[in-house]
Amino acid sequence: MITSLAFYVFSAVLLGSAAMVVTSRNPVHSVLFLILAFFNAAALFLLAGAEFLAMILVIVYVGAVTVLFLFVVMMLDVDFVALREGFQKYASAGLIVGIVLFAELFFVGVGWQIAPNAPVLRLSAIPGQMQNTRAIGQVLYTNYILLFQLSGLILLVAMIGAIVLTHRDRHTSKHQNITRQQQRRVADTLEVISVRSGAGVAELGIYRPQANRTGVHAASGQDAHVLAGEAHAHDGAPAPEPVQGEH
Amino acid sequence: MYSFFHDSMIGILLLTVAETLAVLVPVLMCMAYATYFERKALAAFQLRKGPNRVGPFGLFQPFADAVKVFTKETIIPAGASRSLFLLAPMLTFVLACLAWAVIPVGDGWAVANINVGILYLFAISSLGVYGIIIAGWASNSKYAFLGAMRSAAQMVSYEVSIGFVLVTVMLCVGSLNLNDIVRAQGPGHFWFCFTLFPMFVVFLISMLAECNRAPFDLPEGESELVAGFFVEYSAMSFALFYLGEYTNMIMMSALASILFLGGWEAPFGLPGLPILWLFGKICFVMFFFFWVRATFPRYRYDQLMRLGWKVFLPLSLLWLVLTAGFLEFTGLLPNGAA
Repeated sequence: MITSLAFYVFSAVLLGSAAMVVTSRNPVHSVLFLILAFFNAAALFLLAGAEFLAMILVIVYVGAVTVLFLFVVMMLDVDFVALREGFQKYASAGLIVGIVLFAELFFVGVGWQIAPNAPVLRLSAIPGQMQNTRAIGQVLYTNYILLFQLSGLILLVAMIGAIVLTHRDRHTSKHQNITRQQQRRVADTLEVISVRSGAGVAELGIYRPQANRTGVHAASGQDAHVLAGEAHAHDGAPAPEPVQGEH
Repeated sequence: MYSFFHDSMIGILLLTVAETLAVLVPVLMCMAYATYFERKALAAFQLRKGPNRVGPFGLFQPFADAVKVFTKETIIPAGASRSLFLLAPMLTFVLACLAWAVIPVGDGWAVANINVGILYLFAISSLGVYGIIIAGWASNSKYAFLGAMRSAAQMVSYEVSIGFVLVTVMLCVGSLNLNDIVRAQGPGHFWFCFTLFPMFVVFLISMLAECNRAPFDLPEGESELVAGFFVEYSAMSFALFYLGEYTNMIMMSALASILFLGGWEAPFGLPGLPILWLFGKICFVMFFFFWVRATFPRYRYDQLMRLGWKVFLPLSLLWLVLTAGFLEFTGLLPNGAA
């Protein structure tokens, strides 16, 4: 009795939330109702004894796919007024598509032939005390291995396609190169110099690097960025400006 | 008496409620003292005293905090989506409690000893992100929203490597039942933290990210996002987030103990109640949480993503394939319960 009661409760919530997915005004609410629908579908699987399918449904659809879906919908700036106008415009076309689809489904349903021994097979699909998970694995990896691997390949192709379409190597953005960072040694970047008190680093010939002054320095035969110990003895040419404190 | 509790409808109902309470009340008490434990541990790391005013050694501090949050005013910001705003903390807390249904505290001692226990735990922990996302969106605040976005990306990323770790353990056990996983590490067998050491490390680090704990506490990163996804929450709704976070931490510690540290099994056949061994192991993993928090600075967001996708994903995938190959070629592949 409890099982049938649970079945009707879950089914009612499932249908109700599925209806709310399409009628809800706020797209975020729609996605949340979709989650509720998935959850109740998982509960129905559980009632049917398909525990593995129920868990996988929750893990894959609720735990991963819908999170990303919600992620995108929350970021979207949807104009509800424009959507309403679109509804008026496309209502007739949508109606026709709906009717055709419904008619097809109807004919399929009417013409459906059930194998005479199917109900018996359905009730005893799992031999003995075998666990659900094991039974699925034994069917999936033996009889249907080709179809299973093919669907995996299709997903792989879709994934690679999505990456190719969206991944752009932006040369302007900053990336952290961990290997290069770790290979850097103190000697490559840092030099300890002793500075005479009150004189500043200009006395040692260290100037602030200034890219736009290359013209001046070309004349004096000196690099724009003079490092320590290199440029003490330049003859006659006026020294570039020393660093003038803070700017 | 037995037939009343196992055959009549009312009896089953009463028994289930009693079992649930028998699990949840200790868990919530542990949660209260986990906050105390954390503050004392952090204080010891930082050469402070920690809470020491309320009761002896500050032992009643958790109750003082509880009274404080109960008596504060619940504020719902203008422009917030009211129902979702209130739903989010409840969802976080309820999901954190739900997971405890399948944790075995002794041989076969679980509220529900189900065949797909490990998948159930994985499913529940992957749902935890919704509380955070909904809170961030419903608050109508940019800090909360940014926190929620970070959390969503982070939890989805680290779930992938946790999934591979779980699959590796399942391969070695040949069952999805948590009780079987603990039994596979019983007397005469190594704990999985030795035989699957790299996976143990991956799991411990991913666990931190999954619980949004330091050094991966970017969703609440107070130096950039004030308090992240729960910045708008106050009083009881804030407390529910807090409860949910700590209950989740204890649950992840329990999962780590069950998967890698032998659950309720005593090492070297030592005496002692199984539940006390499990409790000790959970305390050890909890201490690991606090130890990491006191030791490491917060990760930057791109570093977090790099670690998840470019280090842990290939590593765990490789180790999964290696384990499967090893088990196949040495003939150690378990046949599993038929």
